[in-house]
Amino acid sequence: MNYSQILEVASCTDPGMVRSHNEDSIASDPANGLVVLADGMGGYNAGEVASGMATTVITTEIQQLLTKVQPFQIDEETKVPVAGRMIRDQVLKANTSIYQAAQSQPQYAGMGTTLVVCLFYDNKMTVGHLGDSRLYMLREGKFSQVTRDHSLLQEQIDSGIITAEQAKHAQHKNLVTKALGIDPAVEPEIKEYSTKPGDVYLLCSDGLCDMVDDEDMGMTLQALGGNLKLAAQQLVQMANDNGGKDNVSVILVRVLREYPAPRGVMGKVFAWLK
Amino acid sequence: MAKLILSMDGLVLKEIPLSKERTTIGRKAHNDIQIDNLAVSGEHAVIVTILNDSFMEDLGSTNGTLVNGNPVKKHFLQNNDVIELGKYKLKFVQEAGAQPAAAAADFEKTMVLRPSAMKAAAEQAKAAGGTGAQAAQAARQAALQAVGSAAQAAGTSEKPAAPAAPAAAPAPSAAPAAAPKPAQPLGAIQLLSGGNAGKELELAKPLTTLGKPGVQVAVLTRRPQGYFITHVEGAQRPTVNGQPIGSAPHALKDHDLVEIAGIKMEFFLKS
Repeated sequence: MNYSQILEVASCTDPGMVRSHNEDSIASDPANGLVVLADGMGGYNAGEVASGMATTVITTEIQQLLTKVQPFQIDEETKVPVAGRMIRDQVLKANTSIYQAAQSQPQYAGMGTTLVVCLFYDNKMTVGHLGDSRLYMLREGKFSQVTRDHSLLQEQIDSGIITAEQAKHAQHKNLVTKALGIDPAVEPEIKEYSTKPGDVYLLCSDGLCDMVDDEDMGMTLQALGGNLKLAAQQLVQMANDNGGKDNVSVILVRVLREYPAPRGVMGKVFAWLK
Repeated sequence: MAKLILSMDGLVLKEIPLSKERTTIGRKAHNDIQIDNLAVSGEHAVIVTILNDSFMEDLGSTNGTLVNGNPVKKHFLQNNDVIELGKYKLKFVQEAGAQPAAAAADFEKTMVLRPSAMKAAAEQAKAAGGTGAQAAQAARQAALQAVGSAAQAAGTSEKPAAPAAPAAAPAPSAAPAAAPKPAQPLGAIQLLSGGNAGKELELAKPLTTLGKPGVQVAVLTRRPQGYFITHVEGAQRPTVNGQPIGSAPHALKDHDLVEIAGIKMEFFLKS
């Protein structure tokens, strides 16, 4: 199934106003319904290397898998769509690649990356994430955060040590509790959501959500929804106007219409012939 | 931020800020601190900095590492500790007063928390977060009062939108969510034609969309540099002083005449 007529994708990435190079990495493959965003960390250029490896490994591996399996097929063992396992396996593969590179090459020691990956299929999407890069959703005029950061701050909010309002002014916004490539094993958070035509999804690195209030992000998406490319540029520009202390990356995905999986005899025959 | 002062025979060679989680020291070129001396191993030692704490670890160097004259494998660095590698000395200096400010300046750099380091860091962050939030609150109140009195003095009835930057400054431990917006004149548009002719619209929000969805939409953005108009959708582009704008944002000047979806309007700055 080709999703390029179903999903409208726009993206923008910028080093920001302070950093000299961009450690974020983004990839999108609208035809396969796949978008990936990673925010690298580590000295010198290691952050770029880690985020670049994450997006490349995950996109190419999933693209390859999609030629054999469809994400909506039901896994015979777990009785859920295979998409979740597909993402998890590829995330683990990327983790191993980054971890091994970091171990074997001293200049990459300690590198890692955060990650958000979305795969769209059958009026649904599966989201995998690690760290503090986020996924937001604009549905019927309501803007909300879909993923929950794997960060010290989020854990403090969850355990009631601080309130969300205090968190805006907290130190240590930068401490993530999970990341790709840091340890030999990692467990990404993977969830499935239903999508609706008209939904706009926003994937972003912390360079956006640390600099721009959620309210302003939502307003921008609502106001500029008619022109996704412009909306993505506007979001990056707002982050830079507010100081642009970190690299800023944005991927926007709009669901244009329904996209149920081909079912029934014809669908099965068609899928089988493929 | 803590720093290291590299010296040999009492001569200061350079200062190195410990801005990274791992700062490596050794003879080879890929080290963060390269000391090209045969007494120094290729990968001699590493300094791991977590929050405000720095640890020195010897990476199995041939000639070893001394801290304050004692050979060490691993050491929690204290202010004014002297690390010795052969003839070279590295003095560890922690600027106590500048610590919170440094942390604030560094807040955007993402780092990963390892489970082992987690507990200590969480406790520290909890303590720091508590005092930080209190300080921030105090500063915010002070800022609001300052803005309030300034507004009274100026005789305006405008609500204080953003805390004044100077008043917020005494709380360096609180990293603001976004930099305080600089004061800039408020813009507005007045409609000159159409059903609502004569109506005035203040452009207080970061962006305001105008036009008819599906026909022609433009957005007016409020930025630190001023106001800009950008084409969003529609075959026809908005015009400014009779000239259609391009696809890039167009800066608006006081008393520019704008036409969007057949409606004429004037942009002006309120003093």
